[in-house]
Amino acid sequence: MAQPKRVLVACGTAIATSTVVAKAIEEGLAARGISVITRQCKAAEVPALAKDFDLVVTTTPVPTDLGIPVIQTLAFLTGIGKDQVLDQIAEILRRSG
Amino acid sequence: MAESSAGSSTGTQKVTLSERLVIMRMEASSAEEVIRQLAARLEAEGFVRPSFVEAVLERERAHPTGLPLEGDLHVAIPHADVVHVISPALAIATLARPVIFRNMVNPEEMVPVSIVILMALDEPHSQIEMLQRLAAFFQEPQRVRQVYEARTAEELIQALDLLS
Repeated sequence: MAQPKRVLVACGTAIATSTVVAKAIEEGLAARGISVITRQCKAAEVPALAKDFDLVVTTTPVPTDLGIPVIQTLAFLTGIGKDQVLDQIAEILRRSG
Repeated sequence: MAESSAGSSTGTQKVTLSERLVIMRMEASSAEEVIRQLAARLEAEGFVRPSFVEAVLERERAHPTGLPLEGDLHVAIPHADVVHVISPALAIATLARPVIFRNMVNPEEMVPVSIVILMALDEPHSQIEMLQRLAAFFQEPQRVRQVYEARTAEELIQALDLLS
């Protein structure tokens, strides 16, 4: 069994949207056979936390020079392009470590 | 008067959805005006502290909450830190004319918003079920339209269908 991948989920205040996004990522990736651990944070906390994660998924702008992939998307809130984004995340995590 | 709550089965706090927290066909010319009117309702009904409204406005400036949806009706979900909330509730407005919110994912982009859901949340992890239902709602343009075209607050709450 591979180590679970680590996904940092960011939004403005880590109150509402990241809660929904984290849950949707866990479920969507489980359906794709990938086990993930998510952690929610505020956008401002991303640079300090990123080094411990394989990927950042955010609903609000964050720096992109973090050394790990960043996906900025509303798909988990609006449904638009959700399957494509999940496929993209799965692809990134399969390639990482 | 319909008064209902939505929350997870394990959650301790229920989210109140009440006709008293719904404003139909609100006349407003800016996002700030919409937020102020909805926050005033939440405050008058005892769901939030007086500090809530400014906290929401400040957050909206730093991290906007406009969500462009699939259909031609778009929404915004302003909210603020949990410390300003007394008891969780949603205040909802349909707008007579769209007002501009900035896009959550790209603040440079303007989103003409027709439905605003001001969220007073105090413990999102126990309110995850309601939040997921809200996201599921956004993903169905037909239901978004039903909410927008509801004739009464009761009809609106029913169309929103956030009750577990």
